Amino acid sequence: MDLITPQFGLVFWTAITFLVLLFILRKFAWKPILGAVEEREDGIKNALASAEKARKEMENLHADNERILKEARAERETMLKEARDIKAKMIADAKDEAQAQASKMIEQAQTAIESEKKSAMAELKNHVAGLSLDIAEKVVRQELSNKDKQLELVESMLGEAKLN
Amino acid sequence: MTLNTFKSVLFSALFLAISFAGYATEDSDNKDDKEFNAKEMILHHVKDAHEFHIIDINDKPISIPLPIILWTDNGLTTFMSSAFHHDDSGKTIVEKNGGKFVKFHEKIYQLDTNASTVVFDEAHHPTNAHKPLDFSITRNVFMMWVSVIVLLFIFFATARRYKKSEDNVPTGIAGFIEPLVIFVRDEIGKPMIGEHKYKRYMPYLLTIFFFIWINNIFGLIPILNGANLSGNIAFTCTLAVFTFIITTFSGNKNYWKHIFWMPGVPVPMKIFLMPIEIIGMFVKPISLMIRLFANITAGHVIILALMSLIFVFKSVAIAPVSVAFSLFITVIEIIVTAIQAYIFTILSALYFGMATEEEHH
Repeated sequence: MDLITPQFGLVFWTAITFLVLLFILRKFAWKPILGAVEEREDGIKNALASAEKARKEMENLHADNERILKEARAERETMLKEARDIKAKMIADAKDEAQAQASKMIEQAQTAIESEKKSAMAELKNHVAGLSLDIAEKVVRQELSNKDKQLELVESMLGEAKLN
Repeated sequence: MTLNTFKSVLFSALFLAISFAGYATEDSDNKDDKEFNAKEMILHHVKDAHEFHIIDINDKPISIPLPIILWTDNGLTTFMSSAFHHDDSGKTIVEKNGGKFVKFHEKIYQLDTNASTVVFDEAHHPTNAHKPLDFSITRNVFMMWVSVIVLLFIFFATARRYKKSEDNVPTGIAGFIEPLVIFVRDEIGKPMIGEHKYKRYMPYLLTIFFFIWINNIFGLIPILNGANLSGNIAFTCTLAVFTFIITTFSGNKNYWKHIFWMPGVPVPMKIFLMPIEIIGMFVKPISLMIRLFANITAGHVIILALMSLIFVFKSVAIAPVSVAFSLFITVIEIIVTAIQAYIFTILSALYFGMATEEEHH
């Protein structure tokens, strides 16, 4: 039955036509079409990869920022603490110094007062000595006239002098 | 494939029916030439022809003449098929290039030197003529070239779209063609052959897929009736041979080892499997050839047989039934055009994949 017997002519033309079609399409159709599709797929793949990379970088950046912020906060905290300590220390130091200064001044003042007192006493003694001499002179002078009177005078003078 | 089995059964049943009907009407044929012969009509449409017959108006055939190219003892002989004046019974003799030619049942015979009319024996074989090599542009060859022009037009237009665009975004026809190309690549090439080797075979797979598909579709267009290229065994045979050649030449060590000395089985089994595997090598392309031929031819036969019912019963009342059924089959056939192209391509890819598969343990 010639329905299932291949005719030579058609085999011949099919083979030639198919080969020609295959070569033409391979060069002018499949190459550009598949090339373009692959190029685009690569492009999409690369774009996705770089987006992912950018996201990771952003994450890293974010983490870095967080870390830096944390560090800064900690630093501020320590700085504040140090400042507070320094302040307290300064106040304490100042207090101590003032105390020392004050006590020193008081001491000096006391010494000065003491010396003043001494000098005043010395002066007073001199004065008393002078007065005594004066009195003695007067007494001596009056003694010459009245012995009783002289004694009385000395007595009174001494009484006065005691008050001083 | 349940569809295939279903169709094979239908095909065989119909063929048997047609054959019986043909034999039954054989006697009455001689009495009345006008009697409608479904078998003849169907075979005429399914088989190849030397002219592109379109329609008969008032018993006058209207057809496109096609060139007849013969390789005879006197060299190349060419003339137009119109020289036979639509005669297919071997009565009209064309004298050309020192030879006398007749056309009988769409075959060209060259008369022996001293014969003046062709004489046929009982089995319709001419006794005083022989067949020269026939390279004629038959209607199948003609339609094949039309399909090639259409394919080139479609894919050149697609390729141009990509060349023009800067960013390779598919626009226009490329948007329609690209999914198909990607389908062949991602659903046929990559899974069947493998990620690393599929690229070499892509041009072949794509070409064969679209070539078969478009010719399947052309076969369904009624006005191109009988341009049943993909239902012609010569066509499917040629394509199957290409698949066979590519499979054989891309076979690696592992492939041949599996054929001649199956690894992993005992020696007696190896010897037993060798002839089976060798037969298998040839059965694969033969199955490709028969599958495509039988499916497409079966579809045509069913549609034509359903249409013939109107003329067999000589009743218009049967027409709605015929038309409804043949419409139903035509819709199935439209799906089958794509399915058969897909099956031919995926099986070819599968064979290439088997031939190039690396040894794995």
